[in-house]
Amino acid sequence: MPLSNSLLIILAIALSGFFMARHRANTVALANGGTAKLHSLPLYYGYLAGIWALVPALLLLAFWGAAENTIIDRSVMSLVPTEISQQGGSQMALLLNQVKNVAAGAVDPTADDMLQASMVSRMQALQGTSLLAKSALAIILAICGAVWALKNINPEYRARVKVEGFVRIAMLLCASVAVLTTLGIVLSVLFESVRFFGKVPISEFMLGTHWSPQTSIRADQVASEGSFGAIPLFAGTMLISAIALIVAVPIGLMSAIYLTEYAKPQVRSFAKPAMEILAGIPTVVYGFFAALTVAPALRGWGETIGLSVSSESALAAGLVMGVMIIPFVSSLSDDVLNAVPQTMRDGSLGLGATKSETIRQVVIPAALPGIVGGVLLAASRAIGETMIVVMAAGLAANMTVNPLEAVTTVTVQIVTLLTGDQEFDSAKTLAAFALGLMLFVTTLILNVIALHVVRKYREQYE
Amino acid sequence: MSEETINSRNTTAVVEAGLAKRYARERRFRLMGVAAVSVSVAFLAFLLISIFAKGIPAFKTTYVKLDITLDQKALRLPEQPSLQDLSRGRYDSAIKKSLLAQFPEVTSRKEKRALYKLVSSYASRQVADALVANPDLLNTTASIWVLADDEVAALARNADYTQNKKDAGTELIRTQIEQLRAEDRIDIRFNWLFFQRGDSREPEAAGIKGAIMGSLYTLMVTLMLSFPIGVAAAVYLEEFAPKNRLTDIIEVNINNLAAVPSIVFGLLGVAVFINFFHLPRSAPLVGGIVLSLMTLPTIIIASRAALKSVPPSIADAALGLGASKIQTITHHVLPLAMPGILTGTIIGMAQALGESAPLLMIGMVAFIVDVPAGVTDPATVLPVQVYLWSDSPERAFTERTSAAIMVLLVFLILMNALAVLLRKQFERRW
Repeated sequence: MPLSNSLLIILAIALSGFFMARHRANTVALANGGTAKLHSLPLYYGYLAGIWALVPALLLLAFWGAAENTIIDRSVMSLVPTEISQQGGSQMALLLNQVKNVAAGAVDPTADDMLQASMVSRMQALQGTSLLAKSALAIILAICGAVWALKNINPEYRARVKVEGFVRIAMLLCASVAVLTTLGIVLSVLFESVRFFGKVPISEFMLGTHWSPQTSIRADQVASEGSFGAIPLFAGTMLISAIALIVAVPIGLMSAIYLTEYAKPQVRSFAKPAMEILAGIPTVVYGFFAALTVAPALRGWGETIGLSVSSESALAAGLVMGVMIIPFVSSLSDDVLNAVPQTMRDGSLGLGATKSETIRQVVIPAALPGIVGGVLLAASRAIGETMIVVMAAGLAANMTVNPLEAVTTVTVQIVTLLTGDQEFDSAKTLAAFALGLMLFVTTLILNVIALHVVRKYREQYE
Repeated sequence: MSEETINSRNTTAVVEAGLAKRYARERRFRLMGVAAVSVSVAFLAFLLISIFAKGIPAFKTTYVKLDITLDQKALRLPEQPSLQDLSRGRYDSAIKKSLLAQFPEVTSRKEKRALYKLVSSYASRQVADALVANPDLLNTTASIWVLADDEVAALARNADYTQNKKDAGTELIRTQIEQLRAEDRIDIRFNWLFFQRGDSREPEAAGIKGAIMGSLYTLMVTLMLSFPIGVAAAVYLEEFAPKNRLTDIIEVNINNLAAVPSIVFGLLGVAVFINFFHLPRSAPLVGGIVLSLMTLPTIIIASRAALKSVPPSIADAALGLGASKIQTITHHVLPLAMPGILTGTIIGMAQALGESAPLLMIGMVAFIVDVPAGVTDPATVLPVQVYLWSDSPERAFTERTSAAIMVLLVFLILMNALAVLLRKQFERRW
């Protein structure tokens, strides 16, 4: 009996528990002189029965499932004679993997391999027993839970309070998913990075200027060891982000100023949705546009005026990324400008300043902290942007400030290191996590500062 | 005349002297604003026009009618072939023969090889389908419409990038196309295959159904996880959370999580879900989980705003009538906040639909021909399909990439329109 069937049975038990408990609560109520005599509405007795049937059984299944693999593996591996098990961990892992695949029916068994055959048969037997045992236990637990809840039905039983307590705990757990996610990100990235820094010294990674992560595939190969100096990547990321910000900040800020201070409602009702559309276009579309339209065009123009522009120039990626961030900067500045009190504008206009003078000398200085916060958020967005650079910037780890040359970025390298098939333990894959750690820390710092600045700014005018 | 009046006159004169300059500056500033807005709008227009112009040809495809002799012996089919035999048969040689019969003047080896490339390798599949649909065609010479090769299709519709090609091979194909056209053997049709098939190495036979189904399964998982968790978290933080350090941490966390680069979620997916929990690679299940963690902050923030906008008087009335806190929320506050919550959820889903970077990490970039049939089948999603095709050198793939982008944008526009509609229809100003 597959696991999904036992899940369905448990669900059915919970449902029937719900209906039976509700029915019973109704009968008890009638016997005692009406629903008002019960502590809770009959519905809540039903909910409680459902919860008692479902939750313990599901918890059991989850914990069993988490534990069973290690126990089965250990038991199966105990069959391996000592002379083989002394060969080392990777050999054993390979053997176990084979056995697992054969047992699952994904691979045909190797002929004449007695050890494998005996291991497979034990694994299958254990898996069968485990499945049967956990299904049976879970179903019994579900029935017990439902019966327990049914027994407890009496007018004094505070079913609603219990159900609401459960709902509260469930909601708290949901709210902490966000914390768990952050924790998961930090732990996974940190853990793999520590392993990476065990293979490559942290000083080489942070200060090295040569990036070529091609490690040799076989141990005896003559090919290079692979070097992991990440400075060129940081430089490339900064270059492209800087280009993007040079495009996005002035245009985004000016659009926000125009739309909040000058534009007529008709213009706003047309320009604002256009900005929102720009913000809603998937980054892969921008990447496609950068790689297939902007980059060749730049190259063409460069040729006509005698400049050699790389076909994967930082300029193309940066320009398109800049356009992508315009709506972001514009909407953040929009909020910030709107938060400046009208009285400040009126004061300045009343003294005879023109509108642009008011904006430049009163509104913008007053809004500056908020604008800076917005720019920092935009910078963090530019640094973390992936698809545009993957498609339009190259893989060449050049250290240059010339925007016409090809550079590579942290995100591009993470993608190239992790896509494709390779061993998970190689320095090459682990390097992706070290880069991810850098990316996470940098953007986190930018975000924390930016959010803090923006919040402080808001409080100032509230 | 007192000193004051002289001064004020001077001031007026000074101000008036500078006025023209100041007004000019005012106009320039205003013009800069107009320019900034126009740059964005112009870029948007340019982007959409360039993609539409590139993508529209992909919705047309070219068919060639061939008279194919379906001799049972020559096809090496059994005496009484079952439908399965027919569908498994290889018809390449029959197609080649019919092409040779169509163009008897082709004799040299090189020309023959060029001739065989007139139709797509998918043509064999089409012949098989025709036979399965009508087994009586066996042992007859049947006229069957088969798919033309992508380059031939481009020549047949005289695409602008083919007009400058003047080499001998191209010229030969041109004359062959003209011959076929004179016999009414060329037809340009709407490209239904594009919506019916998965990925393929042959651009003319490649479709986006696999990617659309992959996106659908991924979004389904995302929605099923992020909507209940997001709403529950929002209700807890807005209505129940005591003001203490723990809830502060959760709040700061959610705001920061919204700004974490999406690729970092991909790293989380690889390390935790694939390497630790051993969930299948390339599956919509893992993609959906990763995307739901990513969209959770959006949904929580939008839901909290919606909950906050419900006036406290409603909750007070319910509480005053003796409802418990949870009853008040589930019976009154949540239903009133639901339009706002749904709007936020749809916007979050639209973000998830357009997202590709974290999915690259968890292996949803593989070349997958089969249309996925469940959340654990290997699959890819629409934006990743765009990424995959954009790498291909064939011009026909560029067209298909643009066409796939158009489909993606249509879905996004529909979702956003739904969100706007919900907001307009149900939003209440208290």
